[in-house]
Amino acid sequence: MSTSEPKVIKGGEFIVADTPFVDIFIPEEMTEEQIMIKSSVKGFVDSEIKNYGSKIEYQTKLMDEAAELGLLGSHIVEKYGGNPLDYYSNTIILEEMGKGDASFNTTFAAHTGIGMLPIYYFGSESIKLKYLPKLCKGTYKAAYCLTEPGSGSDALSAKTTAILNQEKTHYIINGQKMWITNAGFADLLIVFAQVNNSEFTGFLVERNTSGISMGEEENKLGIKGSSTRQVFFENVAVPIENVLGEIGKGHLIAFNVLNIGRFKLGALTMGGCKACIDIAVKYANDRIQFSQNISSFGAIQYKIAESLIRTFASESAVYRIADLLEDKYREEIAKSNSESIALLKSAEEYSIECAIIKVYSSETLSYVVDELLQIHGGYGYSEEYLPARLYRDSRINRIYEGTNEINRMLMINMLIKRAMKGTLDLVGPAWEVQKELTVMADNSIPDNAFGLEQRTIKDFKKIGLMVAGAAVKYQIDGKHDLKEQQEILMNIADILIDIFICESVLLRIQKLSIKLNEQEIKDYSSILKVIIYDAQFRISKAAQDALNSFAEGDELKIMLMGIKRFTRFPSVNIKSLRRQIAKRTIDANEYVY
Amino acid sequence: MKLLVCISKTPDTTSKINFDSSGQNFIDNGVQYIMNPYDEWYALVRAIELKEQFGGTVEVIHIGDAQSEMIIRKALAIGADSAIRVDYIAADSMDTATQIANVVKSKSYDMIFLGKETIDHNGSEVGGLLAGILDWPFIAYVNKLSVQNTQATIESEIEGGIRISQCNLPMVISCAKGLAEQRIPNMMGIMNAKKKPLEIVQPIAFESKLKINRFELPAAKSGVRMISPENINELVDVLKNDLKII
Repeated sequence: MSTSEPKVIKGGEFIVADTPFVDIFIPEEMTEEQIMIKSSVKGFVDSEIKNYGSKIEYQTKLMDEAAELGLLGSHIVEKYGGNPLDYYSNTIILEEMGKGDASFNTTFAAHTGIGMLPIYYFGSESIKLKYLPKLCKGTYKAAYCLTEPGSGSDALSAKTTAILNQEKTHYIINGQKMWITNAGFADLLIVFAQVNNSEFTGFLVERNTSGISMGEEENKLGIKGSSTRQVFFENVAVPIENVLGEIGKGHLIAFNVLNIGRFKLGALTMGGCKACIDIAVKYANDRIQFSQNISSFGAIQYKIAESLIRTFASESAVYRIADLLEDKYREEIAKSNSESIALLKSAEEYSIECAIIKVYSSETLSYVVDELLQIHGGYGYSEEYLPARLYRDSRINRIYEGTNEINRMLMINMLIKRAMKGTLDLVGPAWEVQKELTVMADNSIPDNAFGLEQRTIKDFKKIGLMVAGAAVKYQIDGKHDLKEQQEILMNIADILIDIFICESVLLRIQKLSIKLNEQEIKDYSSILKVIIYDAQFRISKAAQDALNSFAEGDELKIMLMGIKRFTRFPSVNIKSLRRQIAKRTIDANEYVY
Repeated sequence: MKLLVCISKTPDTTSKINFDSSGQNFIDNGVQYIMNPYDEWYALVRAIELKEQFGGTVEVIHIGDAQSEMIIRKALAIGADSAIRVDYIAADSMDTATQIANVVKSKSYDMIFLGKETIDHNGSEVGGLLAGILDWPFIAYVNKLSVQNTQATIESEIEGGIRISQCNLPMVISCAKGLAEQRIPNMMGIMNAKKKPLEIVQPIAFESKLKINRFELPAAKSGVRMISPENINELVDVLKNDLKII
């Protein structure tokens, strides 16, 4: 495994390369401006969004206020009406927004992400100048019309058509779109349709164009304050200059805007986790049963500690990815690319990491909000109290921006594609692991404070490479078709996620430990130990499940022994570590890490 | 109009207040400092509103060391045009007022705004002292303010009513709730704050007459004792023997 230090590791390269901890950004290193941005957004969230965000009738008012604060154009250059901030600052904004309200965040993210980015990435100069300033100011609200009743995850099979009129001045759009966020008040629609029945293409359509009608508001499980409707197109004439990008290249738009959308969802849901922990710990400290605060019970401390560990891990990964994206963005700008191309390329490069954080953070929120409800007992099940709504609101995060299943498959497909294209060398390192299995195990530990954890992450990577390498080899040998083996892809994706997440926690704590006192290092190291201890069991099981599904004979035996060899992180007193982690939060009565 | 706003630094409202064993020093380890809310929400915002109405400039002044610059930049992010920091930790209110007055004398302002008090010492002293040194009119606890030409019309709450006064500029006012609404700095303001001028001024000599013997925390609140309405004898017993009120 390489220990050379390319300043910026490539997308997906973490599986084979080490990242020096000095290179990553950690949230504890915020600049004065970033702290002020955080505090401003917190002010907006506390005074406005928490009060009105869940109500559908207030969405446009809140969007106007967000525009005034400069939150709608913080990713767009001045030329198009924006007030550009770097990735770190934009991530801080999202984390704070995540603590607010999921309905409004859906409205906000649909507008700023899938609403604005197709124009920013693919619009002509005149289209950008015409629409982006209005979208930054909030005078226009955007909606993204991709999904149809018959095409969700398989978006490219959309049935909506766009036919060029005889005068060749307009495309005539006919069809139906479904689950369209912001449909109730949007002024501008990004619409995907088939030109000549087979060329999937993006269009910009003004809402007041004749022939557009809307269905009723959907009665959803959660995020009831966001507007979700069907949109119908009946002979809607769209001028040819409103084609986004090239005819037949709509898939580039649809997929590219989702990369950054996934990262943003990761940051938003991580903020949501912190808000849930705050509520949970306050309730646990207040609620008395058997003459004790329930926060004094081990079972409750477990829930608080575990919520905290996963949230801390998610936060570590979110800011690590923000750093990768920012570095890549600067690299692209240095190559004289425009800001919009640099933004697109950075998200494209780290699409694997974006998919990882989407899955991990949304599933962390699912866990945290479930434990929040559980800690509230019967009160948690009542709609009179907040946890019930938070629980319902959180569920969508595992569905939109690509379901978590699609995202798991995507990350493996992208990894394999890069290996096949030669942009990422997986074969060499995978072969090294195979060779290592034939010699005596090297039990040395790197000589530093976190040497054991460092070695363990390397071990996890070896398991990942071994399993993925074998699965691909069977594919090349024609023994199975991975497209038909989704269960195996899920197993490998789970290993990949654990590797990236555990490494992110390690890097953050390594960097942080320079500044911490002894007790703090102990607290933070406990988080690292617990997450690695648990991940080792998960990785071991996922690897065995995968291998047992396709490998056989001696090959299988050797690899199963390999799993044993590479899961050597020692046993720890997991109960006392979790209690220690929970204590700090319980004492502070809020999320403190 | 040329307006000056005096901003002070105070511990965040959620800070835990503790003093060292001598009782003379506040332990600020782990304490987050903020701009005094009365200075920020009312004094600064009303001054910015007047600038937006009539044109001119808003300058902020703070007496403190370099660690305070974050709150100064927040004021700039909210909309002040420039800032002055007197590089000095003032000993008391008179010291603060003297340092501000010294700066004001070399410049010309139409109005000086302060919060009605800081939320730590709650002294409400600096405004009056400053106006006294400058020999300017001073109105405290202002809830409403309008300006026409060189005259201000001011409403302030007094016990049992509202006092409406008119006063010629220049003057000093201390600002209370209702005068303006809090403004959250926007992203552009935050990013531009560092580009705005911040002048560092040296203090003048001052001999404080104040001596702090010790700080003490208020006594902890005792719990509520519930007595059943039927049990009037117990109530009498508590009032007579425990509390010795009757």
